[in-house]
Amino acid sequence: MKITLDHLTKKFPNRDKTKGDVTAVGDFCFDIPDGKLIGLLGPSGCGKSTTLNLISGLETPTSGRIFFGEDDVTKLPPEHRGIGLVFQNYALYPHLTVRQNILFPLQNLKGKNKLSKEQMNEKALEAAKLVQIDELMDRKPSELSGGQQQRVAIARALVKMPRVLLLDEPLSNLDARLRLQTREELRRIQQKTGITTIFVTHDQEEAMSISDEIVVMKSGIIQQIGKPQDVYDSPANLFVAKFLGTPPIDVFNGTVKGGKLYIGDEAVLPAVGVEDQDVYVGIRPEGFILNDKGAFTCQLQNVEVMGRDTSVVSTHKESLNVTIRSIISAENKVDTASKDVRFDLKPYKVFLFNKETEKRILFGGQLAADVPAEMEESLDTAAGRTDSQSK
Amino acid sequence: MKKSNNWKAWLYLLPALIFLGVFMIYPLIDVFVYSFQEGYNSASQSYFGVGWYNYSYVLHDPYFLQAVKNTFLIVIITVPISTGLALLLSVMLSSIKKLRQLYQTIYFLPYVTNTLAVGLVFMILFKKTPYTDGLVNLIIKMFGGHSVDFIEGPYWAKMFVMCFYTIWVVMPFKVLILTSALASVNQDYYKAAKIDGTSKWRTFTRITLPMISPMIFYLIITGFIGAFKAYSDEVAIFGTNLNAAGMNTIVGYVYDMLYGDSGGFPSYASAAAIILFVIVLTITVINLMVSRRNTHY
Repeated sequence: MKITLDHLTKKFPNRDKTKGDVTAVGDFCFDIPDGKLIGLLGPSGCGKSTTLNLISGLETPTSGRIFFGEDDVTKLPPEHRGIGLVFQNYALYPHLTVRQNILFPLQNLKGKNKLSKEQMNEKALEAAKLVQIDELMDRKPSELSGGQQQRVAIARALVKMPRVLLLDEPLSNLDARLRLQTREELRRIQQKTGITTIFVTHDQEEAMSISDEIVVMKSGIIQQIGKPQDVYDSPANLFVAKFLGTPPIDVFNGTVKGGKLYIGDEAVLPAVGVEDQDVYVGIRPEGFILNDKGAFTCQLQNVEVMGRDTSVVSTHKESLNVTIRSIISAENKVDTASKDVRFDLKPYKVFLFNKETEKRILFGGQLAADVPAEMEESLDTAAGRTDSQSK
Repeated sequence: MKKSNNWKAWLYLLPALIFLGVFMIYPLIDVFVYSFQEGYNSASQSYFGVGWYNYSYVLHDPYFLQAVKNTFLIVIITVPISTGLALLLSVMLSSIKKLRQLYQTIYFLPYVTNTLAVGLVFMILFKKTPYTDGLVNLIIKMFGGHSVDFIEGPYWAKMFVMCFYTIWVVMPFKVLILTSALASVNQDYYKAAKIDGTSKWRTFTRITLPMISPMIFYLIITGFIGAFKAYSDEVAIFGTNLNAAGMNTIVGYVYDMLYGDSGGFPSYASAAAIILFVIVLTITVINLMVSRRNTHY
């Protein structure tokens, strides 16, 4: 089911009556393609849960419209929208068994949709099998682990075969190990059922790893929409660049002068086609190449060796982060006795941002959102990095 | 725990143990002993013999039987009605936003009002005097009915006033407990139910009720115990001579046997008290068994 959000806006009255309304979701325009897994990503308070509630119908929008396929569902109450919602705390009924929990939505069906007992049991078992909890049917939620409860919640949301599945911070109540397992499980279930799925998270890694597309939000405004890797490789503004990636991007104050990018006094890269101006320079940790004669000098603090690669921690007076973290291959040996460390920079891992608007400034043939062919190889290493971080 | 620490633990517990022992355990045992001593005299500390005579006397005393009948009627009528009504009021209170605070305060007023003062108000409402028939009778007459003497009239009228009063007095506490129980139910359950298209009634019976069932059982159990121990409410309405009014309760009977006009019989009072204790214990155990079976988490 394709979902269209058309100028969707939700304002809440301010607690302080003298001030204006608080905009939780501002002018949201977005098509969610059929059968895709979409991650709504942003820091807490950015309006992502409100967006989810608007789609589910638990909240009504101040203005704008929501379409499921061709149907305008803006005014439709949640129960008629055909959605399944998984809550952050799962909201399993504690006094009912797993089976009764999964049956609950089916028992609500009335009229021509009413199912016989056998049909209901069959459907419940089917949903339970899908999430692999069919052996726990007679247990109470309190007798299940966090991951199992999560599965029951998904089964309960899926049993009615919803048109859209919504998940609110589905993994945040799980421990790190289980989170990794469950997110793959989520992906599998989503692909098997083919139900359009939207999930909300503040964890960029989670969103990047399983989403077909991510929507990065800040203060109720969409910052960027795209395939996770595209958004990572080509952030639209400084916020998106900073929000995505572990370890986070290193940001510096820089200047473009005469077609060259300066950080401090050093000309680190050619910046063809950019007017002279002060800029923010964002460099991905994997964008550094260790080179004794490199153009960019930082003050070495320490070196962390993590098996496959090495993390060089250094400082620079123009850096906006306290320390600069650069990831280099472990084959490179860093002279830890030295005070300074010198790098060359990979141009496609360096992003320039306008000082005022914080919008991206493309330079030296960088393309917006599309991935150049020569970058393919480095992308793989970038993806590899994220994984090794999470394990 | 190490043995050397044991005496310390007992030492710390001692103040509470002494207090409980002197004011709870000792009197309990004492009452139990009195109840088997025939004609115990507290002044001379003497008695005639030991046996079941006190129980036999009490159980054959028409005043006691009347008191048991009254008490049971009050329990059976007031506990279910007050709990049910409190549940209804709490649900209604929880579903409104405007004026909720005001209503909560109003419902809570009886709780902080003196029993005897409330009794006085009920007298004005129900009592027949040479000057007026009472407010309620005025209303009955307005609708063309015959006036009834609620305080000194037929048994059913007196029992009606009694139950009405009891329900009204115990309501605030129950509403208070149930509104807070309702408020503590996680809203996500209701959202989940709403998304699944659960009807209001089904949401109430399948989600709300089970979620607050521990509190309901708590109220039923304490309600039973409280109603069995009813006495002051009866005095507030019918005065101290409850036997004459035919509205005595078991606790009232115990009191009369000790200090009443016909009093001075600690042995009979003890036997009646032990009978009440056994009744309350039995009913509480049954209640607990039922609630265990119906509370699932």
